[in-house]
Amino acid sequence: MAAPDFIAHDKADTVGVIVVETVKAGNRISGWIMENDKTIRVETLDDIPIGHKVALKDIKAGDTIIKYGHDIGKAVADIPKGGHVHVHNVKTKRW
Amino acid sequence: MAAKKVTKVKKAPRAVPAKAPKVPVQVGEAAVIIPNPRNVKPRSGSGKPSFWGYRRENGRVGVRNHVIILPLDDLSNAAVEAVGNNVKGTMAIPHPYGRLQFGEDLELHFRTLIGTGCNPNVAAVVVIGIEPGWTQRVVDGIAKTGKPVAGFAIERNGDLATIAAASRQAKEFVHWASELHREECGIEELWVSVKCGESDTTSGLASNPTVGNFIDKFDKWGAYTCFGETSEITGAEMVCATRGATKAAGEKFMKTWQAYMDEVIEPFKTSDLSDSQPTKGNIEGGLTTIEEKAFGNLEKIGKKAMYVDVLEPAEAPAKGPGLYFMDTSSAAAECVTLQAAAGFVVHLFPTGQGNIIGNPIEPVIKLSANPRTVRTMAEHIDFDCSGILRREMNLDQAGDGLIEMAIRTANGRFTAAEALGHREFVLTKLYRSA
Repeated sequence: MAAPDFIAHDKADTVGVIVVETVKAGNRISGWIMENDKTIRVETLDDIPIGHKVALKDIKAGDTIIKYGHDIGKAVADIPKGGHVHVHNVKTKRW
Repeated sequence: MAAKKVTKVKKAPRAVPAKAPKVPVQVGEAAVIIPNPRNVKPRSGSGKPSFWGYRRENGRVGVRNHVIILPLDDLSNAAVEAVGNNVKGTMAIPHPYGRLQFGEDLELHFRTLIGTGCNPNVAAVVVIGIEPGWTQRVVDGIAKTGKPVAGFAIERNGDLATIAAASRQAKEFVHWASELHREECGIEELWVSVKCGESDTTSGLASNPTVGNFIDKFDKWGAYTCFGETSEITGAEMVCATRGATKAAGEKFMKTWQAYMDEVIEPFKTSDLSDSQPTKGNIEGGLTTIEEKAFGNLEKIGKKAMYVDVLEPAEAPAKGPGLYFMDTSSAAAECVTLQAAAGFVVHLFPTGQGNIIGNPIEPVIKLSANPRTVRTMAEHIDFDCSGILRREMNLDQAGDGLIEMAIRTANGRFTAAEALGHREFVLTKLYRSA
């Protein structure tokens, strides 16, 4: 299979990780779900740097973000599918 | 095994064309010559791999043969560095503490210094302190291993006489240590510690799981392995608690984690620790929260290995082979210094954005899955596993590649950090001195 543009750990994850250095807003990118070896596609709404996350579904402010199949924090703003997910719209539930 | 009759001498593989390379007019155009590795191939098939190490007086096996010049305290750094400069083949390890410490903090100071001297990567030790009392305590602790050690105190002598006497002693240790030979040892004698740094999301996806694959395989072979980073497991602590080999080990982990929260994080925090945990580099690399970082971090202990015990900082494991958790800070040099003091001889360090840490006595193998880091910081990376992200290599292949790199390192290959002179020796201080 071709190299993926993004990777999600678990099929329950609501975010995926960009693994290429070229993702711009409006790109149709393909991703690999490691857990079940499936391929999914998302259209990006933002430029997203390598290592940063893309929303795999529409996320509402207050929603829990799921990665590794686990709770990794909460959205503090609405994030549409394909949007850049990071410190500007997600915060820790700890500390 | 009977030696086979050699009929033809096999030529070593040529690393470079027979023609001598041209001296470039512009050095920027120079091609870097990378000779073929000449490592001893690990045993294959059903047998465990082996490596070549230095067996010390107490039976433990080291992979380096350092003669170290160790200061008891900050005041002795100048003398220690002078001896290190006088006698080639020695290494001075200066540090900023050792005065007016008390209680648990003082105990940790002694445990770290003595443990550093006891590490089997160290052949012999010269200790220098401002006064003889505490210097003797470090000498006595190291002497228990049976390795050569000597101590010197500066008061009533001055720096110059102390440096002369310590240099004479160090020179004798170098003559002795440089005649020691490596012998073949089973892989279970290679004590390996792990800790990640400047992690990003590629760490959790690929480089940390590569270390996890390594740990699972080493665990099956009956080796000693160690992870730490108490604060950084926050968010995944309940998952980590389930990885204890016994109920007691899991409970001890939770108690240790909770104590770190109650005694360190809660009293001193002024915010949600943004910019410290995750770090600026973590955030640049795409990590958003401590929880996300924690789940990535925990990938380093693999899928099956269970920790047999929870260690105090710099405490040597005492419950037989297996995986151990050590209560450490998540700052790279602090953590690796403590693990080296507990007797670990090779360190695996996955990085995302490019932490460049090394340790004076424990070789630190750097691996990364971030293609940008592998490209822009190539001289710091020993093992590139970015192929996992492109699906060119699977975790099992990456784990085997890392095992090969660890064996080559154990056999003597300098790591990137060693070649570049990274010797970060950072003592953990629990509170202010009296």
